[in-house]
Amino acid sequence: MKPMLPQSGQPLDHYVSTAPFDPYATEAAAGSSAYTEASQLRLMWWRFKRHRLALISGILLLVAYLSIIIVEFLAPYNLHTRNIDSIYSPPQSVHLFHEGEFVGPFVYKQRMQLDMTTLKRVYTDTNIVQPLRFFCKGDAYRFWGLFEADRHLVCPAENGDFFLLGTDRLGRDVLSRILYGARISLTIGLLGITTSFILGIVIGGLAGYRGGVFDLIVQRIIEVLQSIPSIPLWLALAAIMPLTWSPLVIYLGITFILGLLDWTGLARAVRSKLFSLREEDYVLAAQLIGASKTRIIGRHLVPGFMSHLIASATLAIPGMILGETTLSFLGLGLRAPITSWGVLLTEARTVNVIALYPWLLFPVIPVIVVILAFNFLGDGLRDAADPYK
Amino acid sequence: MLRYILWRILVMIPTLLLISMLVFTIIELPPGDYFESYIEELRAIGEKADLQEIEELRARYGYDKPIPIRYLNWVGGMLVGDFGYSFEYRLPVSEVVGDRLWLTVLVSFVTIALTWIIAFPIGVYSATRQYSWGDYGLTLFGLIGIAVPNFIFALILMYFANIWFGTTIGHLMDQKYLNQPMSWDKFWSILEHLWIPVIIIGTAGTASMVRRLRANLLDELQKQYVMTARAKGLHPMKVLTKYPLRMSLNFFISDIGSILPSIISGAEITAVVLSLETTGPMLIKALQSQDMYLAGSFLMFLAFLTVIGVLVSDIALALFDPRIRLKGGATK
Repeated sequence: MKPMLPQSGQPLDHYVSTAPFDPYATEAAAGSSAYTEASQLRLMWWRFKRHRLALISGILLLVAYLSIIIVEFLAPYNLHTRNIDSIYSPPQSVHLFHEGEFVGPFVYKQRMQLDMTTLKRVYTDTNIVQPLRFFCKGDAYRFWGLFEADRHLVCPAENGDFFLLGTDRLGRDVLSRILYGARISLTIGLLGITTSFILGIVIGGLAGYRGGVFDLIVQRIIEVLQSIPSIPLWLALAAIMPLTWSPLVIYLGITFILGLLDWTGLARAVRSKLFSLREEDYVLAAQLIGASKTRIIGRHLVPGFMSHLIASATLAIPGMILGETTLSFLGLGLRAPITSWGVLLTEARTVNVIALYPWLLFPVIPVIVVILAFNFLGDGLRDAADPYK
Repeated sequence: MLRYILWRILVMIPTLLLISMLVFTIIELPPGDYFESYIEELRAIGEKADLQEIEELRARYGYDKPIPIRYLNWVGGMLVGDFGYSFEYRLPVSEVVGDRLWLTVLVSFVTIALTWIIAFPIGVYSATRQYSWGDYGLTLFGLIGIAVPNFIFALILMYFANIWFGTTIGHLMDQKYLNQPMSWDKFWSILEHLWIPVIIIGTAGTASMVRRLRANLLDELQKQYVMTARAKGLHPMKVLTKYPLRMSLNFFISDIGSILPSIISGAEITAVVLSLETTGPMLIKALQSQDMYLAGSFLMFLAFLTVIGVLVSDIALALFDPRIRLKGGATK
């Protein structure tokens, strides 16, 4: 029903609607679709899905992180099980057919001979079939140090061997060690990034929002930390950790060091984002409406750049994993009995190893895969971070 | 502008002071000092240390004095160009560094030049054809360069260079040319060895540069002026090169800060694995043996270069990009 038009020259009546106010009514009338009604999170997810590699990487990393929970079950041997008869045994290949007959997955028994001129162990396949067992009883372990168990996903035949990726100088199964190493290597990045994330957000946030003298001091500190090459800093910090510390404390110390040197970039990003965002009109509106400082920061500013931060944090994790391998290579990282991929790779630090026992380089493959996956995931997250673009 | 430059130079002073304190702490933090580890080392190989000589050295370099005094001595010396004395090499620091500096600059310079030449076209290609197979392939290839730990890559490349081309393992030249004057044979030998470190150090740098160029260019290409330019029928090449490419190159300039010191120090880990005669391995060895003046002065030198580099890049950015130059301060 239209209100009556007044006579020309007369003032317009104040139109008052008696219907209850529903802010969403007009939007619904404008024609709604899944797209216009989707929340920001949902839009991000749609955008993220478009980056196929990122999606695959995300799933891969999820599987990797879930698998480190049940490493004891997945690994055919225990971390420190020594097979004295098979030192530097090359990788065994899994066969399905024996003399044209299907037997299921099996390996041939290996025979070792010492080459008396080169003193090299030479392994040859014999004709004896050793079928693999699945969900079988093998090395006993304490699952997470809680209860005794001896189930494994796959184990060698009774009195047989199964070294899919060969063994090292003490006859330890490389595959099992890689699986156990994942537990340390994968978590070191997460713990390190958590340290750097907290430091970066708190310090950068304070500097960005308060500005003034505090900002000036933080800027100088960041400049100082960034102008010293990272390797000497690692060296110095790693060298002050006493040798008497337990390996676990050293592990925590290393993650802390990696995080301590990484926060500067994040803090800078937070600061500059805050600087630009706090000039936005909606922040002014929030101030005029009487919102408190904490509400403005927590409700209006942080969500504005959180997605970017998470993306850049994801991209920083590979650096930490590589940093750990570098520290271990220099002999300053983790030490046995703690086993990480970096520790495993230090065994392959000479040219001799590449010439004679190239399978000791296998730990480099999970390093590459995980780093690639984190990079793709980070790329995808970054593209998805701003779905309105 | 002049005010800005003056202000920046003034701010450098407290920054450098802080850096010098941090460097001094880094070197002092690990327990013990060079002389203790030196005596230990001699004892380990069954020789007796000349304790009197060591005491003399200790006294001459103020190791009997409290830490703040030693710090002041060190900083004061550097101000007048005295970088101290390397205990390990028994030479003044400037002489130890001097020989290695030129080789390091050579390796780094070739690497950086190559990085730019390769990264530039790839980055532009990846950005203009986002999510194409070429983009995916090149990104993957570059990422592998980042993902392989440098020391493993160095070992593998060194091994195959030896098998395929008979290049001697490690070093920057055949050992017989070491400490020889420059000759054609020596030059050839350096060239023969140079490509291995250049490839190893270059891959990671190239990959990260491609990524940044791609990301920056993509941001720029989504802006409205690009669409305007396209809409009015400008040649695609011109649309790309006239503004978006120029804008996305800002990070090249802001990179000067980190490039300057890396030219001097080189990639340490790769250099250690390949036993290159560059400054990187020297620095790490000095840090490990607590050769205080060598490590400290060299670190300080690197940090100084970074600070200078950041200053140069900030001034260059302000000169090239009016948006940065004319930006007002915060209003609230």
